[in-house]
Amino acid sequence: MSATLVHGHDETYEPVFVGARRAELDELLTRYPTKMAGLLPALWIVQEARGWVSDAAIAEVAQVLELTPAYVKGVVTFYTMYHQHPVGKHFIQVCTTTPCNVCGAEGVVDAFLKHTGCGELGTTSADGKYTVIEVECLGACGFATPIMINEQFVESVTPERVPEILSGLN
Amino acid sequence: MGYPHPSHERETPVLSKYFGDREAIGLDGWRKRGGYTALQKALSMQPAEIVEIVKASGLRGRGGAGFPTGVKWSFMKPGDGKPHYLCCNADESEPGTFKDREIMRWTPHALVEGCAIGAYAIGAETAYIYIRGEFTEPLERMNAAVKEAYAAGILGPNAMGTGKRVDVHVHKGAGAYICGEETALMNSLEGKRGNPRIKPPFPAVSGLFGQPTTINNVETLVAVPHILNNGADWYKAFSLNNPKSTGTKLFSVCGNIAKPGNYEVVLGFPFKDFLYDLCGGPPPGRKFKAVIPGGISVPIQTMDEAEASQMDYEGFVEQGTMLGSGGVIVIDDAQCMVRQIARAARFFAHESCAQCTQCREGTAWTTKIMERIRDGEGTMEDLDTLLEIADNMTGKTICVLSDSCAVPVVSGIKKFRSEFEALIKKKTFHPVMAAVA
Repeated sequence: MSATLVHGHDETYEPVFVGARRAELDELLTRYPTKMAGLLPALWIVQEARGWVSDAAIAEVAQVLELTPAYVKGVVTFYTMYHQHPVGKHFIQVCTTTPCNVCGAEGVVDAFLKHTGCGELGTTSADGKYTVIEVECLGACGFATPIMINEQFVESVTPERVPEILSGLN
Repeated sequence: MGYPHPSHERETPVLSKYFGDREAIGLDGWRKRGGYTALQKALSMQPAEIVEIVKASGLRGRGGAGFPTGVKWSFMKPGDGKPHYLCCNADESEPGTFKDREIMRWTPHALVEGCAIGAYAIGAETAYIYIRGEFTEPLERMNAAVKEAYAAGILGPNAMGTGKRVDVHVHKGAGAYICGEETALMNSLEGKRGNPRIKPPFPAVSGLFGQPTTINNVETLVAVPHILNNGADWYKAFSLNNPKSTGTKLFSVCGNIAKPGNYEVVLGFPFKDFLYDLCGGPPPGRKFKAVIPGGISVPIQTMDEAEASQMDYEGFVEQGTMLGSGGVIVIDDAQCMVRQIARAARFFAHESCAQCTQCREGTAWTTKIMERIRDGEGTMEDLDTLLEIADNMTGKTICVLSDSCAVPVVSGIKKFRSEFEALIKKKTFHPVMAAVA
């Protein structure tokens, strides 16, 4: 696909679904009777390649799966894990739902906000390294407080452990 | 074995026997532990025979509703010329629950085998395992196990050399509690927003891609190979004083308790012994105050109710709550109930799909009022308003997320009213001081 086929966006957009990534999607599509069912997997491929899902990427996914960009956007915005904006190099999610909350999860959030310099939930630190968000139940309640840093789980996090965890990140 | 701690002597590890055993993760190790013998056996049987055995075992759905698995399977009509699907619900997101995560991390092939047997029994050509997107490690393990099973000829067009086709695919979710609701899960798998569907039609009539579909929880499916290997009577014998609740059940334990983690006991086990003996009681210097025994969506129990409970479907109902997903959340005397119920309400407000007005508005209003009471700005009228909203949120929507938000509020006001009133009248509340006084 040539870049100019993605209408409505600047021509410097580099398509995601070429070469190996196109082959990966084509293989995934053999598992489902409809192209639409390939939408969540396709969006994962985009996020893995680009770090977030831009409007241009939404237009490309729509074209590849024969959907409309508005439809794809509707799906993207339903799910919490697709980033609609670029995020920090280390995307830190701290569970604060009831089971973790009774174990002091809010203190863990405060410690991350303080030590990353983010200051506020959802913002990215000035150096672009960190974004911290609260997340609803990560399904690891027996290991309070669990956090995710990009794809990695860290369990039994306390406010005291936060500086050491951050210093281990590149 | 056991994970995160060795199995207690009063546990009955069947599904969790190999938790913590790294060698059980791969195909070779799993085969050495008896893996895939049940599938081999199943593929030589008639699908209807398998359904009958599962019916006779008394196995009930472990995701929360407790519907008899064999009966659910019998709603499928193989050979009607349509494609059929099995969905495995691995979207484990009910706060307090983390059992399916450990099943998939330690025994991924057990789930592949359970799915393959389930698919064959209901005449489904394809099974999808829908795993929540945050479960990165379980996803990795399940993808690896499925790949190994295809490479070994266990799955595919000639499953285990029987000439029968069984396909199992892993599908990654993208962050939405509601996708654990079965019809929302199907929409999500189809590439749609995860909005629950109106029932009927039920999935067995029109489910995934509009075709007959059965949805089972991870823990339900991994019990099936054991039932086929050992027989329905063997499974049925796991029961204490209640023939309606059979088998072993994994309980995830979290919150303010000495030894959080997963425990597998025979259904009907005394909850008091479970909390104090197996799980080690409250943290040092604390006392238990309340328990939510089946994930955040079930009513809160007082300790009197909890200590009188028998851990099975009927036993928890007798003590004012439900078995649910088996996610036991324990709250001690250092916690403010209002604060925690407000946090639970915020969870539901965040996770509402916003289709139904009662839920979209009700979860938000409930959160707003609960947080105002928490912050010492509530009024006595707020309690009536909360109960009125809860009433309007119960039994009136497409799915039960709305009802689930009302549950902790109604049970909380009923059983811990003094904490609400203390915050309203005194504008402040110190749980530990109150417990001492």
